[in-house]
Amino acid sequence: MTAAMIKEFRLPDLGEGLTESEIVNWKVNVGDTVRLNQVIAEVETAKAVVELPSPFAGVVTALHEQPGTVVEVGKPIVSFEVEGDADGPPAAGAEAEAEPAKREPNLVGYGAVVETTGRPVRRQRNLAAVPPLVEPAETERPPVEPAETKPAERPRSTPPVRKLAKDLGVALEDVHGSGRGGLIIRDDVLNFVGGGDLPAAGQEFAAAGAGQPPERAVSGQGEREVRSPIKGVRKLTAAAMVSSAFTAPHVTEFLTVDVTPAMELLARLKSSKAFAGLKLTPLTLVAKAALIALRRNPSLNSRWDEANQEIVQFNYVNLGIAAATPRGLTVPNIKDADRMSLAELSRALTELTESARAGKTSPADLSGGTISITNIGVFGIDAGTPILNPGEAAILAMGAVRKMPWEYQDQVALRQVMTLSLSFDHRLVDGEQGSRFLADLGALQADPGMALALA
Amino acid sequence: MLTDELGQGGTAAEGPGNRAEHQGRTSGNLVQLITPAGERVSHPEYDPWVQDVTDEQLCSLYEDLVVIRRIDTEATALQRQGELALWPPLLGQEASQIGSARTLRDDDFVFPSYRDNGVAYCRGIKLTDIIRVWRGNAAGGWDPYTVNMATSQIVIGSQTLHATGYAMGIQNDGADSVAITYFGDGATSEGDVNEAMVFAASFQAPVVFFCQNNHWAISEPVRLQSHIHIADRAAGFGIPSMRVDGNDVLAVMAATRVALDRARRGGGPTFIEAVTYRMGPHTTADDPTRYRDANELEDWAAKDPIRRVKALLDRKGLLTEKLEAAVQQKADAVAREMRSGCINMPDPEPLDVFKHVYSTPNSWLDRQQDHYARYLASFGDPAGAASEEGAH
Repeated sequence: MTAAMIKEFRLPDLGEGLTESEIVNWKVNVGDTVRLNQVIAEVETAKAVVELPSPFAGVVTALHEQPGTVVEVGKPIVSFEVEGDADGPPAAGAEAEAEPAKREPNLVGYGAVVETTGRPVRRQRNLAAVPPLVEPAETERPPVEPAETKPAERPRSTPPVRKLAKDLGVALEDVHGSGRGGLIIRDDVLNFVGGGDLPAAGQEFAAAGAGQPPERAVSGQGEREVRSPIKGVRKLTAAAMVSSAFTAPHVTEFLTVDVTPAMELLARLKSSKAFAGLKLTPLTLVAKAALIALRRNPSLNSRWDEANQEIVQFNYVNLGIAAATPRGLTVPNIKDADRMSLAELSRALTELTESARAGKTSPADLSGGTISITNIGVFGIDAGTPILNPGEAAILAMGAVRKMPWEYQDQVALRQVMTLSLSFDHRLVDGEQGSRFLADLGALQADPGMALALA
Repeated sequence: MLTDELGQGGTAAEGPGNRAEHQGRTSGNLVQLITPAGERVSHPEYDPWVQDVTDEQLCSLYEDLVVIRRIDTEATALQRQGELALWPPLLGQEASQIGSARTLRDDDFVFPSYRDNGVAYCRGIKLTDIIRVWRGNAAGGWDPYTVNMATSQIVIGSQTLHATGYAMGIQNDGADSVAITYFGDGATSEGDVNEAMVFAASFQAPVVFFCQNNHWAISEPVRLQSHIHIADRAAGFGIPSMRVDGNDVLAVMAATRVALDRARRGGGPTFIEAVTYRMGPHTTADDPTRYRDANELEDWAAKDPIRRVKALLDRKGLLTEKLEAAVQQKADAVAREMRSGCINMPDPEPLDVFKHVYSTPNSWLDRQQDHYARYLASFGDPAGAASEEGAH
């Protein structure tokens, strides 16, 4: 018989890849004599409530954890005084260092944990004992560096986010990752380019149109916005953003107008010296007319801020133009379009559509839009119900200009006719305001001289 | 009613219901030779197949049942104590495993699933070899050719293909040995098992499909997987089948003998559905109370495979104190041996992972092994590094 000794029982991994368990209750008290495999406790894991059989025969000397505590795998939970030797096993993980290594939860079937670094951390080499090695298996690695310095790594992210960053011209090295283990997530990239914490950020950038409200883009120009201060940094989840985009109740109105006078004006302007070299199209006039009509109907140039329960009224217009590009639909916008002359607007429109078609639209051009126009007329389409660019209150679709029999001076005449389709967020815009805006727009097309009256 | 009523097959055995030769559906009757109360009931078709079982052998079967239950509970405890990573308890299925495995010849070949550790015990596999994999110390516990039993298959049902292939090999050799494969009710829904049965029938291979219907494929009840008795699925393949009380060691033995005999005489494959019940969790990482009714467990506890043999021995006057003491002693010794073998099992060496990958030298593997060896050497003290790693 050898002398009595103290044995600790450390909490084992009771499932497959569990890192912790909760002590539900103890079935023994300090001082109790227990048999091998006698149930000493009930423990709840992420998977099951299980009974712990004693790994020793002996006397309980200490219960290290109270019922209700969540204990890390590898920590001692109970100590026994056992007669030396016999068949008593070493405590589970008894060889482990006193402070058990922190384990990340990795339940079987739940996928691997994202590590903060992509390769194993090496222990300090015993340089004296080991001759330098060339390691053929690792030729793709950067040259072996001293153990103290970490090799430069590609920033940790995911393929879709890498693509997003590439599309936006963002270097991931410059972005701070807020995800698990420093992972750079979509929001990090969007925040980096600005406006990422706005409702539109959850949308697929190319598909949903990238015109994002100008919260960040115009910081420093705050005097042009009427806003109350935002408390703290707001960060919506992608789900909330998508939900927000889908919760804007759309109303669409249609107006078909005789745009012959506008087309005649266009022809005159094209031949005028002031517009030499500029590309004037029906879109140019519709855009200008929309900007004029907005002055009388500002509610169409606003944003619903659900999270803060605020309506943001923009006192400027960043006019988004939906553009078909090699990457799909994008909605770059013209900053401060409301302050532009027709010639300036024309130039801006040309630049914007050209760079969009070339796939060279800058992130800044894609963010901060306040209202949008989509020209479905170029496809020969008359009307539709355009979907709001997320975060905006209105979007106008202009149809094809067609020669049609139309009432003209009490006669049926062949006139140039266009249908305008306006969708607006009914939370922000009442039918009255939407209708007035559309009517003003129509009037400006039917009689460009009205600009003198409306502007 | 969630579970089968043992011995209550609905209509009485009419027609060829339980006839081993029957090629069609089984009529659902369970072959039973020992009732849950321990009464030996006669069955004209199956009695002859166990007539040679002596009282002594019956006692020996009892010992087997008790010992493997003890192995199972000890292994479960070892898992709870952190000595095994995982264990798939066979509690309740002892009679299915003992009854079938004890009928095999040494030259028959067993293709088991992961839960068939009672079969492994019967094949004479060392206790430490049985638990080696479950401790995470090796990828396989034993050399299949020394005991004619493949290592445990974790992939559901794949072993049935191996068995059919092996049986076709037996055919080519002109031998009269048999391949037997063990799988569960859930596996019969897998493509592998269906393919194995197609080939077995086509080639009339000497293979026995031994299905332990333990009623639960993890949390999926058998009634959702099969709208007919599992045994009746075999009819679709043209494979004769039997439906036996899997908690009745003698019935299982008789049915397996029928199947083995057919296979040895060139009669082709047989499907046996041993109707039993997994009384424990799917594995030590599972909590069956989340998906099954406690009443169901109680029903099956009443049909316990060990209790009925004990009751039968008692009726026959064979259950002496001496026998009970001897069986207890044997079970204790086995449990002690396994525990000691488990906790004193040396950790594998890091380079052991390269062993047994190929049976012949492979230059790619050699290169990888060389790289890994040098990687380990870069820590300065490979032995130290290895033991440190082993501690996690």
